[in-house]
Amino acid sequence: MRSLLLAGTALLTLTSGAAFAQMSNDVIRIGVLNDRSGIYADLAGEGSAIAARMAAEEFGGKVAGAPIEIVVADHQNKADIAASKAREWVDTGNVDVIADVPNSAAALAVQGITRDKKRIFLMSGPGATALTGAQCSPYGFHWAYDNYAMAAGTGRALYEQGKKNWYFVTADYAFGQSLEEETTKMVNKLGGKIVGSVRHPLGSADFSSFLLQAQGSKADVIGFANAGADATNAVKQAAEFGITQSGQSLAGLLLFITDIHALGLPAAQGLMFTEGFYWNLDDQTRDWSKKFEAKAGKKPTMVQAGVYSAVRHYLKAVDAAKTDDPDKVAAKMRELPVEDMFAKKGKIAANGRMFHDMYLVRVKAPGQSKGPWDYYDVVKTIPAETAFLDPALSGCPLVK
Amino acid sequence: MTAASQATAATATATATATLRGPDAGTARTALLFVVGLTIAALAPFALYPVFVMKVLCFALFACAFNLLIGFAGLLSFGHAAFFGGAAYVTAHAVKVWGLPPELGLLLGTAAAALLGVLFGAIAIRRQGIYFAMITLALSQMVFFMALQLKFTGGEDGIQGVPRGVLFGVFDLTQPLTMYYAVLAVFVFGFALIWRAVHSPFGQVLKAIRENEPRAISLGYRTERYKLLAFVLSASLAGLAGGTKALVFQLASLTDVQWQMSGEVVLMTLLGGMGTLVGPVVGAGLVVTLESYLAATSLPVPVVIGAIFVVCVLLFRRGIVGEILARLPGRKA
Repeated sequence: MRSLLLAGTALLTLTSGAAFAQMSNDVIRIGVLNDRSGIYADLAGEGSAIAARMAAEEFGGKVAGAPIEIVVADHQNKADIAASKAREWVDTGNVDVIADVPNSAAALAVQGITRDKKRIFLMSGPGATALTGAQCSPYGFHWAYDNYAMAAGTGRALYEQGKKNWYFVTADYAFGQSLEEETTKMVNKLGGKIVGSVRHPLGSADFSSFLLQAQGSKADVIGFANAGADATNAVKQAAEFGITQSGQSLAGLLLFITDIHALGLPAAQGLMFTEGFYWNLDDQTRDWSKKFEAKAGKKPTMVQAGVYSAVRHYLKAVDAAKTDDPDKVAAKMRELPVEDMFAKKGKIAANGRMFHDMYLVRVKAPGQSKGPWDYYDVVKTIPAETAFLDPALSGCPLVK
Repeated sequence: MTAASQATAATATATATATLRGPDAGTARTALLFVVGLTIAALAPFALYPVFVMKVLCFALFACAFNLLIGFAGLLSFGHAAFFGGAAYVTAHAVKVWGLPPELGLLLGTAAAALLGVLFGAIAIRRQGIYFAMITLALSQMVFFMALQLKFTGGEDGIQGVPRGVLFGVFDLTQPLTMYYAVLAVFVFGFALIWRAVHSPFGQVLKAIRENEPRAISLGYRTERYKLLAFVLSASLAGLAGGTKALVFQLASLTDVQWQMSGEVVLMTLLGGMGTLVGPVVGAGLVVTLESYLAATSLPVPVVIGAIFVVCVLLFRRGIVGEILARLPGRKA
């Protein structure tokens, strides 16, 4: 028993010792941890792993002499599985980087682990602003979007389009309330007005009474401060009430292209929201998305494109720093500009937020769409500076 | 394995084999399994990843607590997630925000689960069968929505970064092995308590109620009191498991209070073998292993677990351990 214990302890020290050497184990191992079987499987899932592999391939599968390896795991939307997988990867799997992690509870758990264990964490899937706020980490980088950008960004962009009065249909829990709050703050600051709001329970099937109240409010914009099935249900039923045809705008505060794909254009047409990425923006995005589609069978979401961009930037930083030492790589990542098809002149702030342009999009009418996945009109590019929360206000202790 | 533990195991095997066909066959077999299981559990962290084994132990205790109710009192609760997750939240909050040591945090979590158990039980035991299940489900959904909306639970983010602290001011739980043996101790305590309860006159009365409640009443037992006590005991132990899990993973999240968690514990218990003491442990081990090892494959986890469940229900309804026990010599199948 004692010898076994000793051997075990020795083994543990050995592995943890090796992990902190230069170019740990002569391999750069990237763990893509996300939902591969549940509600986020479409917007992240295997597509995120494909995106990470595409980034690795661009480097010829090798960086600074070390081969790049991508491993994947399904956290099944459970924070405990995410936490134990992340710990296992770091403790015994020599994983240098964890990427993606949709579901904010799972992401916050992984953020804590990567902060303690000094591993780089590239967040593309989660939206929680706490990840770059009170729970920020010197090794955590928040890439594609966040709830503030989706809410306040949409509020500002629509205000600039002349839509000043809002009515909210809000999911009655912390997430929905924070979306409503962020948008309200922005709209009020700009001089717009909130004419009312109604709360619905999480997982509602029937939105008719909420929608009738919203319609009766005569607000310019009806904002859906909810996500997932709640958001798609609300949009679908709003289409049945003919709300957009009667002149009010519908704004989603957290939607993905996969939601629009599931809703279909007849139901979603006219809906406005903020996106971090659209495959049909320019030649570069079209090119990359075509390659992605060849492997994944569908166009990328902003989460998947974000995984590609974040992994690519990480590899660039390793290449420049000639080491995978997390402190040095994190410093390099902050120093280098993010320049790829996803982000043009992107910059990483002290709190780990990657600043890049966001886009206010309007869903096309079925007649305007030229083919599959041709869903958006980009109404406005939201410049990086105004898209995200000012790091000084984020409450992140790393910002001085 | 040291010589001592080998010797213990050997003696136990000998005793067990000797008595395997005797009248105490069940008890001896349990004792044997208990010793073997304990030895395996004590050595497990050297072969397997400790956090994974700790998770298995937490869920095993949860499933055992649930099994106490369904397997021995015949009450199918569909709301055990409320005790498990509720205690996880209370423990996490007590340790993180109030800065209490882990043992007090666990105690508070367990007490909270016991209190919930009294409330739920007092209402639910008045009905039987599907109505009992529905009442527990409805009440646990109330707890879920409270966890979703109350400020202290952090909504969908959960309570994160819970410090593990120092147990009794001596054991530093930030060390993985110390944490592991603390969890093992909690599990053994819970398991022993259940074993004792089942093999006591109280347990006999519970079984009598399970088999024929009117008859138990006619014999003069106040069955509702026994049922309530079983319910509270089960809820408290489920809470103990939940609180421990919060310390292991340093987080409490909505996953633990969701109705799916109530379903998962039913699944673990049925897979392992309802009404057997070791069954839930095996079932929990199986489900947690699948969840974590299938995670790295391209198979969709819920589908695989569902398929296994269907096979289990179709081919061996007694569950894995139940089926093995039934086929052992010395017992009529």
